[in-house]
Amino acid sequence: MGLLTFKGGIHPYDGKDLSKEKPIKKLLPKGELVYPLSQHIGAPANPVVQKGDHVKVGQVIAEAGGFVSAPIHASVSGTVKGIEPRLTVTGTMAKAIIVENDNQYETVEYEAVDSLESLSKEEIIKKVQAAGIVGMGGAGFPTHVKLSPREPDKIEYILVNGAECEPYLTSDYRRMLENPEWVIGGLKVILQLFDRAKGYICIEDNKPDCIAKMTELTKGESRIEVKPLKTKYPQGAERCLIHATTGRDVNSSMLPADAGCIVDNIDTVVAIHHAVMWGQPLMHRVVTVTGDCVKDPRNFEICTGTNYEELVEEAGGLKMEPEKIIVGGPMMGNAVYGLKLPSTKTSSALLFLSKDEVSASPETACINCGKCVTGCPANLIPSRLATYAENHNEEAFVKWEGMECVACGCCSFSCPAKRPLTQAIKSMRAMVLANRKKKA
Amino acid sequence: MNDMLKVSASPHIRSKTSTDKIMMLVAIALLPASLFGIYNFGIRALLVMLISIASCVATEWLYEKGLHKKCTIGDFSAVVTGLLLALNMPPTIPLWMPIIGGVFAILIVKQLFGGLGQNIMNPALAGRCFLMISFAGPMTDFTVPSGAFATVYDTVSGATPLAAMKAGETVELMPLLIGNIKGTIGETSAIALLVGAAVLLYFKVIDMRIPGTYIGSFAVFMVLYEIFGMGGLDINHLLCEIFGGGLILGAFFMATDYVTTPITQNGQIVYGCVLGILTGIFRMFGGSAEGVSYAIIFSNLLVPLIERVTIPKAFGKGGAKKA
Repeated sequence: MGLLTFKGGIHPYDGKDLSKEKPIKKLLPKGELVYPLSQHIGAPANPVVQKGDHVKVGQVIAEAGGFVSAPIHASVSGTVKGIEPRLTVTGTMAKAIIVENDNQYETVEYEAVDSLESLSKEEIIKKVQAAGIVGMGGAGFPTHVKLSPREPDKIEYILVNGAECEPYLTSDYRRMLENPEWVIGGLKVILQLFDRAKGYICIEDNKPDCIAKMTELTKGESRIEVKPLKTKYPQGAERCLIHATTGRDVNSSMLPADAGCIVDNIDTVVAIHHAVMWGQPLMHRVVTVTGDCVKDPRNFEICTGTNYEELVEEAGGLKMEPEKIIVGGPMMGNAVYGLKLPSTKTSSALLFLSKDEVSASPETACINCGKCVTGCPANLIPSRLATYAENHNEEAFVKWEGMECVACGCCSFSCPAKRPLTQAIKSMRAMVLANRKKKA
Repeated sequence: MNDMLKVSASPHIRSKTSTDKIMMLVAIALLPASLFGIYNFGIRALLVMLISIASCVATEWLYEKGLHKKCTIGDFSAVVTGLLLALNMPPTIPLWMPIIGGVFAILIVKQLFGGLGQNIMNPALAGRCFLMISFAGPMTDFTVPSGAFATVYDTVSGATPLAAMKAGETVELMPLLIGNIKGTIGETSAIALLVGAAVLLYFKVIDMRIPGTYIGSFAVFMVLYEIFGMGGLDINHLLCEIFGGGLILGAFFMATDYVTTPITQNGQIVYGCVLGILTGIFRMFGGSAEGVSYAIIFSNLLVPLIERVTIPKAFGKGGAKKA
């Protein structure tokens, strides 16, 4: 049997060698910390502190704004300096709580548990909810919602997503290598919720050491299996991962739970472990600071809210002028125009590139080569969809299945005419969704 | 730090392939066949190629200059058109004909339809068919010019192997593979063409979907024709039909022209089958021994229809399972 995989996809330069040998370093923030109230999908959190309040590490500073929402915790102790709009990664201003770090790290008391068996399912989900855990792979979907599907009995697979298919990123790799017991522990917590489910730890075969380690550590576990995947982007995209490991297909009108699957990212599973076993809320995560401009590319465990400028300093600063700075991976991350930005629960990487390949590749005419078709994991015709998007032809766009795009970027990457296909399709898709909402 | 950072929507990286690199690879892949053409037919073949390429590139340049459009001769597509056009001409052709063909291919077929990516027929083949219709005599005069470096294998009737077969002669397969036969400049050597095709396949410029279904469906057509029309299977006749004439050149280099083929993968299979059957019909039931050029430009026109019925099912919507 060949390695598990999906149809389509691309093989970009992966750049992981820059930072893969660097152990995770804990980083303590210096100055003020900024906590945007919206670090997740769903309603923004509501602040429960005021200017001048003293907060401790792990204290709730904003509570969830609804069921599909998540609370936010202070990652340092100190004084609330204010609640004001701040620039975020997406380029918009958003309300944020600002805390001045007093460097004392006075911590609230966590409620640890001795054994998982002593907790009921409801208690576990409550703990996850209270810890403010969201999907840390980038989407930021509140995890307690994911863990409460309509029919829990129908969940057959818990997939831990250790594919890390985005180029340059090594945070999940380091986490799996250095703290595999947390990953396995977190998976066990989730399995406790779903009696019928099997747990798969899914890892691309460019990380053989992780696969070996995980396989060894899960030897005696009857409900946990390690699934090596073919190294190919976007192997870690939810739909591709589900297809590769279970052979089931999920389309845009379905949730993974409809195919009996729940997919969680490595850091999310680790956060679940800490939240349930140790009672510790989500306030740390691993971030890879890398790129050809960085003097000493590294993996850091950061406190959420840390300013990105501090991360660059800790990575030895820059050895070259970057042309582009990306928060997240090069395929799906956001380009930013400055570094005075706070890290959040969903920031996985900070990438400094000396050359911007996008502006260096002017667009030419489509030659109908079909490379976008070969690369598309959603089995679409991106070049046609992009043309329909440019012409605002909503009918044709929907007929040619444009709404099934997952914005992975494979089409734009492979286009020899350098057309911005993903970008056009993504914006048209958003527009169609907005129009539908208006009509409803 | 520089505060003039570049900001754009993801993805932020691009593959190294580009249109000009692809076109250059196609031109390189045509080199073995071109060199063999020169060896087979002499310097005159080279002259035809140079004139054809020059007239294609010049037409594109003049048109774009004249209309103040962005100059696109750097993408090498006009070079490829010119070279393909030359490879589709007999070596004895009057030297002003490639000029007419090149101007027609680039100006009428390509630029007037909107330039690269917009033409509805393969420009080189449309140019060839235009010349065929206008100057049938010189376009089908396959006498070998003086100055050929090779000794050209001849059929009893002195025609091209395909025409000889149509007249009922039996021809040998080996010269068809090597290429020391009569024919257009670039179509004679199956081996040289296949070497070029291997280059294109290796660099993933083309895949086997169209050439495979084209040659496959043509072979099936021929087998059926032989059994029911000729009174029995004739392997030598079958292989000579496949390796003779313009089929290999057409299947790997012209039926795979991105612009004029369906973009849907199932559509490409349909397209290949249509080509194979049409070529068979044209060759067996048509007036001429050849059928590849007309089959391809006719099928080019069917592309929008083929695409319309082969829109793929999106992932997760009950489409084809994984490969």
